[in-house]
Amino acid sequence: MTLRHGITIFTLLLALPGAVLAGVLPEDRGDALYHHYTGGGVDINGPSVLIRKKAGKSLSFVGNWYVDHVSSASIDVITTASPYTEERTQWSLGMDYLRGNTTMRVNYVSSEESDFDAKTYAFSVSEDMFGDLTTLTLSYAFGEDVVGRSDDPTFARDNTRQHYAVSLTQILTRNMIATLNFETITDEGFLNNPYRSVRYADPGSAVGYSFEPEVYPATRTSNAVGLRARYFLPYRAAIEGEYRFFTDTWDIDGHTLSLTYVHPWGPFTFEGKVRYHDQTGASFFSDLFPRSEATNFRGRDKELSPLQSYTFRGKVSYEFIDTNKGWGMFKRGTLNFSLDHLIVNYDEFRDISQGFPVGEEPLYELKANVYQIFVSFWY
Amino acid sequence: MAKVGDMTMISLKIGRFLLPIVVLAGLAGCSIEPWVKPYERDRLADPIMALDGDPVSTSYIQHVYEAREGARGAEGAAGGGCGCN
Repeated sequence: MTLRHGITIFTLLLALPGAVLAGVLPEDRGDALYHHYTGGGVDINGPSVLIRKKAGKSLSFVGNWYVDHVSSASIDVITTASPYTEERTQWSLGMDYLRGNTTMRVNYVSSEESDFDAKTYAFSVSEDMFGDLTTLTLSYAFGEDVVGRSDDPTFARDNTRQHYAVSLTQILTRNMIATLNFETITDEGFLNNPYRSVRYADPGSAVGYSFEPEVYPATRTSNAVGLRARYFLPYRAAIEGEYRFFTDTWDIDGHTLSLTYVHPWGPFTFEGKVRYHDQTGASFFSDLFPRSEATNFRGRDKELSPLQSYTFRGKVSYEFIDTNKGWGMFKRGTLNFSLDHLIVNYDEFRDISQGFPVGEEPLYELKANVYQIFVSFWY
Repeated sequence: MAKVGDMTMISLKIGRFLLPIVVLAGLAGCSIEPWVKPYERDRLADPIMALDGDPVSTSYIQHVYEAREGARGAEGAAGGGCGCN
């Protein structure tokens, strides 16, 4: 079970529309990407391949295949379990149908690993309005998961997710475009990780604490609203700002800010980005509960702790098939490399691997690097 | 959960905000004169202005954020479109 917290949402992200061009079908393209995440004792790498192709003037099909090879000895794993390796495979198929200024999309995503299956079905409709200055997109997705345990073949728990999104994209001036997004996601079922434990004070234990299984609420509803704006600078460069507010029924409130700068130079394009995220913790999160079964719901997932995260990104793209010249069947080709350096400071999650007195352990800090190299073709 | 009522209120408020936009769009969409003409959108059509120029990469890095933080949704690739192609 790898990074489960994000996987179900990842499948939703894939299922819902990306940069929808209502009134215009997406360009035919192919992408082959290799990703590598390393940090906090976790190593994840693998390929992702996407192919998109039109069929006639009204239809466009898209397929994606994605693999995670995981090797984990994270702070959770080394303090409460044993290091493990595993593989997750995900694939998706989608279709866009264009009729006038309206684009409809259906998509299906499947994610499989040894102890977790997720399936997502999505539908969206986009409409261009006001002389194509405005694009309104309404989206719905339904997901169903089966949670298992690698040490218990009889263990199986269900989750369902429903996702509603509204997106409004607006051309503001000949140099500026902005997008307002609103998304509501509801979850119901077995939402915690069946392997993870919480820590409670235990005077009878030699180290002063013991562990017991997490218990999460069976429902979660979140709302998020985000605003992005991108501006074309006078000397052919672009700058983008983004803000997102997040709130959910687990008492997590979050603010996310980012600033991106894009600068082309000959066949190269350079991109720099800084991103900041701040959140409160879930109401049932505690690093150290006062006793066993102290509360009805309890969790020690560090992602549910109050935290701040910082990301610093550098990216370079090289256009090896020029848009103006093409090459055979290809209209354009780019080779891309990016590095994201991620720092997460946890306000309440402590590093208990170093043998300090109970409750006086240093707060945990995560540092990770995310490498991506990919080639893209337009045809 | 104590915040369900709050969430409903937030949803209603946002719904009240979005509803007029949808209604206006439906009623007046064909009659409004675009203030940025199609021939004035060359800069918006430049690849450096793409809101999601690399969908595979964007999806992947969003996946990393979702896995490392407690928040989700309304960030990154959603939306887009300018009729520039």
